[in-house]
Amino acid sequence: MSAYVEISQLKKSYPAPGGGEAVIVKDFNLKIANGEFVTVIGHSGCGKSTQLMMLAGLTEITEGVIVIGGKEITGAGPDRGIVFQSPSLLPWMTAFENVMLGVEQVFFTATKEERRQIVEYYLTVVGLGDAMDKRPAELSQGMRQRVGIARAFALKPKMLLLDEPFGMLDSLTRYELQAVLLQLWRKERITAMMVTHDVDEALYLSDRVVCMTNGPEATVGEILSVPFERPRDRKTVMEHPDYPRLRHELISFLEHRSHRSSLGGYGVAGVHAVEPVSGSAATVPA
Amino acid sequence: MSKLKLDSLLLPLVGIAFCVLLWWSIAGKSITKQTKDDWGDVVTVTKRVGLSADLPTPGETWKASRDYIVKPFAKRGELDQGILAFTWLSLKLVAQGYLIALLIGTPLGFCLGLSKTFTKVCDPIIQILRPVSPLAWLPLGMVLFLSAKINIPGVGIYTASELAALFTIAICSMWPTVMNTAVGVRAIPQDYLNVARVLKLSKTKTLFKVLVPATLPYMFTGFRLSLGIAWLVIVAAEMLTGKPGVGGFLWQQYNALSYAHIILCILTIGVVGYVLDRLMSVVEARFKTI
Ligand SMILES: Nc1ncnc2c1ncn2[C@@H]1O[C@H](COP(=O)(O)OP(=O)(O)OP(=O)(O)O)[C@@H](O)[C@H]1O
Ligand SMILES: [Mg+2]
Repeated sequence: MSAYVEISQLKKSYPAPGGGEAVIVKDFNLKIANGEFVTVIGHSGCGKSTQLMMLAGLTEITEGVIVIGGKEITGAGPDRGIVFQSPSLLPWMTAFENVMLGVEQVFFTATKEERRQIVEYYLTVVGLGDAMDKRPAELSQGMRQRVGIARAFALKPKMLLLDEPFGMLDSLTRYELQAVLLQLWRKERITAMMVTHDVDEALYLSDRVVCMTNGPEATVGEILSVPFERPRDRKTVMEHPDYPRLRHELISFLEHRSHRSSLGGYGVAGVHAVEPVSGSAATVPA
Repeated sequence: MSKLKLDSLLLPLVGIAFCVLLWWSIAGKSITKQTKDDWGDVVTVTKRVGLSADLPTPGETWKASRDYIVKPFAKRGELDQGILAFTWLSLKLVAQGYLIALLIGTPLGFCLGLSKTFTKVCDPIIQILRPVSPLAWLPLGMVLFLSAKINIPGVGIYTASELAALFTIAICSMWPTVMNTAVGVRAIPQDYLNVARVLKLSKTKTLFKVLVPATLPYMFTGFRLSLGIAWLVIVAAEMLTGKPGVGGFLWQQYNALSYAHIILCILTIGVVGYVLDRLMSVVEARFKTI
């Protein structure tokens, strides 16, 4: 498997108030295979969103290179579908219009009818067939996030970027939407990177979990392979014999090993990520 | 519930009654006396006494204004019309000046909101022009359009004094629109701008699908405040140019010593201003809910 997404020596720094620079992310290396679902976890404020925003092209890269599908990214574009924690829908447009805005941009050669079908298809798949003509204010938080997911998928992007997309939802809605996301993702097989705080969510959805060290100068700490077979359903995943061990692995990383210094002489942790790790065991950079 | 209703109806009436009473108490009253003059003849002398002897009482004001209110659209002469006829003339002029203010003010506000450089260039000028009174602008307008006479087919002929009035209304009333639009543009959430960036919307599409809708609530606050100012300015403009309208009538009646009509005009200006503000608030509220 060759890498579809290649993040090399990524660095982000802001000018520090007292001169000099505040380095948020440094030496971040990661390769993601085509169609792979990668989750990034780490402590709050470590730089997960920063890293994702650089992938999205919405935050300038200080140093390093990001290549997606053989092309270095420069700036934002509809080839990356993004779902944020807040759905960031335009409140003066209906659900349909919000999705259509992007579809018009990407499928500008399609006929009006074809575009309408695309929008309606995705809105129906996420379960909003009856609420297409409602404005965000008339939708619940969960429904808005569904629109956000439909909008991201409807662009037929090369990559999906999700920043705590379910962070603001109650757990029941979160479960529902995780299933919706998983179902759509399986159908379309879009390479995805998701940021989350939720260990169970990470294990349920992803092929690999990337643990980020604490900032400043956050980087890839450990990478954990999630071996559960697809299609997955929550119950089978939770009852899998490896589940408690993987879960413990992640939590103990977050609790004990998330300091960059604890990586000691590992050097560039991302070396391990060059090939998506296969097999069942969690890998700790050694 | 019924107490609430009573309060919202009764309390304003109490306020109004108090004002009328105050007005009545300081207004002059006519006192007619029969006295003997120096030659010993009996004469009737009418004197006005009171704190402000020349101020007509509420009753006198009503009596003198009756005709103008009961026949609001009557036209007895250029400067002798029903009060609503005058109001209509004033509103027409305000509408035109206000329209010019919006057409210039909104794009200007957008440019200020979008460009820091442009803001730095324009800010000092705006801060200096903003507090200038309409009374100061009008003479300049007269000079500017001294020998101008513009004929817009289908609309009408604009004389120098009309153009000066329009100029004054526009330049005085556009600032709230400019400032609020600029603030609104700067306050657009980054999320919305990110949507435009991710989708690579063109400049015009970004403007009309994202920037303008996101700024509308602020713009309408500006529009409402601007209308208030435009209405303030019209009176001054009419007074100075002597154009028929509420303000022109007011000034003419002052010169004609018909003080009751001044009060009629003041009340009319107040009521019309209030109604305009209410109407704009309704429009504004509609956009706020988006
Ligand atoms: N514009 C900025 N200027 C300076 N520092 C910034 C800026 N944006 C973010 N940071 C800093 O970068 C660090 C990482 O922020 P980021 O939002 O990426 O964290 P995160 O891992 O996504 O946290 P969370 O889990 O709470 O969302 C934070 O310490 C933050 O203070
Ligand atoms: Mg974040």
